[in-house]
Amino acid sequence: MNKVVVRVWALLLAILGLGIAAYKIYYMGLPITPQQSAEVWTVQARLVFQGQGGPAKVGFHVPDVTPGFIKLDEDFISSRFGLVIDKSQDNRRADWSVRRAKGEQALYYRVIVSRSEQEQGWNSVPRYPTPPQYEEPYASAIHAILDDVRKESADVGSYTRELLQQLNAKQPNENVKLIRDRAGKGDSWVEQIIEILKGVRIPSRVLWGLRVSDASNSAVLEPLLQVHNGQKWLTYDPESGAMGIPSNFLAWKIGNQPLFELEGGKKAKLEFSITKTYEELIDIARQGAVQMDSVFADFSLLTLPVQNQNVYRLLLMVPLGALLVVFLRTFVGLKTFGTFMPILIALAFRETQLYWGLFLFTVIVSLGLMIRFYLERMMLLLIPRLASILVIVVILMVLISLISTKFGAERVLSLTLFPMVILAMTIERMSIVWEENGAKEAMLQGLGSMFVACLGYIVMTNEQLMYAMFVFPELLLVVLSLCLLMGRYTGYRLSELRRFRAIVAEDK
Amino acid sequence: MPRWFVSPSKLRQKGIMGMNKRNADFIMRYNPRRLYPLVDNKLLTKRLALKNQIAVPELYGVVEIQHQLRDLEKMLAPYSQFVIKPVHGSGGNGIMVVTGRMGNGFRKAGGEPITLESLEHHVSNILSGMYSLGGIPDKAIIEYCVQFDPFFEHIIFRGVPDIRVIVFRGVPVSAMIRLPTRESDGKANLHQGAMGIGVDIASGVSCSGVHHDKTLTHHPDTGHSVESIEIPHWRQILNIAVHCADTVGLGYLGVDIVMDRNLGPLMLELNARPGLNVQLANQAGLLKKLEKVENIKQLPKSIEERLALAEGL
Repeated sequence: MNKVVVRVWALLLAILGLGIAAYKIYYMGLPITPQQSAEVWTVQARLVFQGQGGPAKVGFHVPDVTPGFIKLDEDFISSRFGLVIDKSQDNRRADWSVRRAKGEQALYYRVIVSRSEQEQGWNSVPRYPTPPQYEEPYASAIHAILDDVRKESADVGSYTRELLQQLNAKQPNENVKLIRDRAGKGDSWVEQIIEILKGVRIPSRVLWGLRVSDASNSAVLEPLLQVHNGQKWLTYDPESGAMGIPSNFLAWKIGNQPLFELEGGKKAKLEFSITKTYEELIDIARQGAVQMDSVFADFSLLTLPVQNQNVYRLLLMVPLGALLVVFLRTFVGLKTFGTFMPILIALAFRETQLYWGLFLFTVIVSLGLMIRFYLERMMLLLIPRLASILVIVVILMVLISLISTKFGAERVLSLTLFPMVILAMTIERMSIVWEENGAKEAMLQGLGSMFVACLGYIVMTNEQLMYAMFVFPELLLVVLSLCLLMGRYTGYRLSELRRFRAIVAEDK
Repeated sequence: MPRWFVSPSKLRQKGIMGMNKRNADFIMRYNPRRLYPLVDNKLLTKRLALKNQIAVPELYGVVEIQHQLRDLEKMLAPYSQFVIKPVHGSGGNGIMVVTGRMGNGFRKAGGEPITLESLEHHVSNILSGMYSLGGIPDKAIIEYCVQFDPFFEHIIFRGVPDIRVIVFRGVPVSAMIRLPTRESDGKANLHQGAMGIGVDIASGVSCSGVHHDKTLTHHPDTGHSVESIEIPHWRQILNIAVHCADTVGLGYLGVDIVMDRNLGPLMLELNARPGLNVQLANQAGLLKKLEKVENIKQLPKSIEERLALAEGL
């Protein structure tokens, strides 16, 4: 095939791979480096009541849409209670029920959240309210204020802002004073504003949520005002008039119905507790992947069970090792035993760490080689001889383990996974090269293999690379693209610059 | 002071072909994979050559399974000199040359004795695939041991020298003599320490040689000059090489030919991946010649005309 076609393929694959990775980084917010951490809050609601011996039913509002936060995990802990989650109109309710409840009952709801840039909002569209009939003297005060505000505003957003400003002014006029006196403060203050907004047919409602800035055991729900401008819900602080949801405000429930309802119990008590921890971004991404509504999230390796993840973590590094081998062979011209055997050795080094691995590899191969030369004199058939070497390798490994444990080196215990078949094959191949092409060649190839294995180990244990390959497995396409490009390299190898130097030297 | 590396531009200027270039632009392009067995399987090569009247060393016998080892002694009985080879061997690995009998056993080319038992073990190793690519089970062939031409006698140390001719699209482009040395243990492979001597393709006269990475004008063991040797039967050698290339159909081929004192030039084996060392031996790159041949649209049919063409390259 034409070289150009290969290059076009390589380019396409690279663009595709990098493109998907870029999408994940910029749009899904996956971190590029593994060591980034972020604040994570665990919010727990504990509901205690006294059962009266009969059936009991508890309805409890739990967070649904949480702008500015992503729910990483959610637990409902309620030993004997049956649980039904009921979702209706921007609210979500946990309905617990039990046949017989006697004595103290405790129900827990726990949600783990982290900050998120994701766009989230409420989809519900409200009906326009009918203007209420206010009583005098409030009616004239309200109408006066509404007229005042209307002059200063253009749309629902600015109207609400202006209204809040007037109602919360430092030096209120008589009308505002009248309304303030009627309401007092707190939740009824929001109610008051909603009532007033009905006067101009602006749909509004109250949003309850928790401030999660710090650890706390006595957090209470706070109200915010929401108005609908025809497209979406806008949120305002009813007291300061500030627009938008504060960054530490975790939306919990909407509307004025009670936070929980209890049947068949008494002395109900609800407590919120908040704890703040730090978690690695990748863990957040892993937990969040399930929640994200994206094809790439659905197919993320992060959604696999953890044991499988670890297998893939390793598996995804093998192509990088192969890429290294391709590079070292086509550009450098290193000689090794077998094409990808050094990569298998490098994988083995992962178990033992590099220095131990090198030491064990050298010791076992040298000892094995000596014994192999003796076996040669016995004139065994190839397969039985290979099997004998395998047995000897295992014996050597057991001996080394026993000896080093005596000296207190625990590292060697992981040696059990050192691939003995690879060692046996290395010994066999090395001895053949030794006999056929001399000790020098055998040593050269042995050292070449070790060198590639070391480099492979360094590449394949690189935290950053491991993370990148695991979170962005589409980078495999880039690896493939590089392999294609290198596959069409027809230039000299580094070793050839040395091999042919005699020809050039002749010129002088 | 000798330099460690030379610049790639100098090599390019000299027309040196690197391994990547050879593999991608010549082997992959001109050597169809399906023809490889004809070259890699020495038994097939031999049969094909015989069918096409190409002179080859006589085949004494084939050992195909371990069981046949019992009959090895009987098979060898008529001969005191022979060569044992793996059918799928590469790079000269697994080849054993026996040059005589000693008591109950044999004498290897180097002079060391070898027992029948060791010989059988060697054949058994061949059968189990020790020398074949990928370790697949192999066969062993036993063939005539070439009696080298007295012409080489004074230069070489021991073993059988051979002549390698590189044929590209049926045109011989380069050649070298491969002389065994003490280091190569009688084998003619350069990477095992044999010496390579460049040969002018037009005249068949040798120029200076190379041993490992160094250029030499004398044989490292015997001290004889290796320059300006006129190879006898040169025309016939080229003829065999080109004939072989036409027969197997590989566009880029290395043909190994030995000179037997009684039988003249014999084709020993073919190689589908040649061409790097011959550049060292000749102290010249192959690329320019290869490109010239590549640019000729229609090559002449007759061997004679192609040989004439080769002289003009």
